[in-house]
Amino acid sequence: MDATDRRIVAGLQGGFPLCPRPYAEAARALGLDEDELIRRLARLVETGVLSRFGPLFNVEAMGGTYILAAMAVPEDAFDRVTELVNAHVEVAHNYEREHLLNMWFVVAAETPERAEAVLAEIAAETGIEVLSMPKLEEYFVGLRLQP
Amino acid sequence: MKTGERSKATSLERRLVKAIGTGLPLVPEPYAEVAAALDTDEATVIATLEAMLARGAIRRIGAVPNHYALGYQANGMAVFDVDDDAVAELGPVIGAFDFVSHCYRRPRNPPFWPYNLFAMVHARTRPAVETKVRQIRSRLGSACRGDTILYSRRILKKTGLRLAR
Repeated sequence: MDATDRRIVAGLQGGFPLCPRPYAEAARALGLDEDELIRRLARLVETGVLSRFGPLFNVEAMGGTYILAAMAVPEDAFDRVTELVNAHVEVAHNYEREHLLNMWFVVAAETPERAEAVLAEIAAETGIEVLSMPKLEEYFVGLRLQP
Repeated sequence: MKTGERSKATSLERRLVKAIGTGLPLVPEPYAEVAAALDTDEATVIATLEAMLARGAIRRIGAVPNHYALGYQANGMAVFDVDDDAVAELGPVIGAFDFVSHCYRRPRNPPFWPYNLFAMVHARTRPAVETKVRQIRSRLGSACRGDTILYSRRILKKTGLRLAR
């Protein structure tokens, strides 16, 4: 990742143009040309610097729900449980964390009932209790990372 | 901000989520390419995305960084046990710290899990996370009875939004 990549990551975290040639327009603002921006974005995604490039949808504004859930997974079952949890298409993120509750994942579904059903399925498949921690109030969501 | 205000996605919106929830095509005319795949036209795709942005169904369009790859290796989920009477007032104050990327109130699961305020804190090192969490703790003052930090060890899955049906 060089200085130009850093400028791209810092400068393009939002506001990507909605016009027929958006990469060309975004490139102009960064002092690049369209080809180079596309090539660099493809490499940033390929190498994992970016998880992806595109819209960040908000399921809740479309009638859907997210639920954060946590499980205390025994060390020797960890890989097996990871596979079972990740196999659910509704599981959008899953993190291993250093705590007795060592697996934390987010379920995104079109209805709260469906999200709860996924948690119940995971509990049944793994035999491990799933703590449901839906958000009750949102105080801030944003991204202020400086590469 | 309450999490209410639901409005159902239209059929084109749902198809757009499916088509680009994991990323926009990296080609000169991405919206035209998406339109062709969805059997509609570019202007409709652009207008639909504009409308979704305007009502918050899209938070933003751009680069979604992997914070590990950017050197933010210490990603701490800081959690606090805050008086129920004080949390509504203190939540937005904690969310306003520039090192907090997400801040929510969530249910406790006592006695196992007493924490009701969650703040994601990103930094390059653990001591840096801890310094920031002390700032939060000091701002919460006596309304906070306990706190801890759950560091992430690894990402087990991170995809964009994919709808099951």
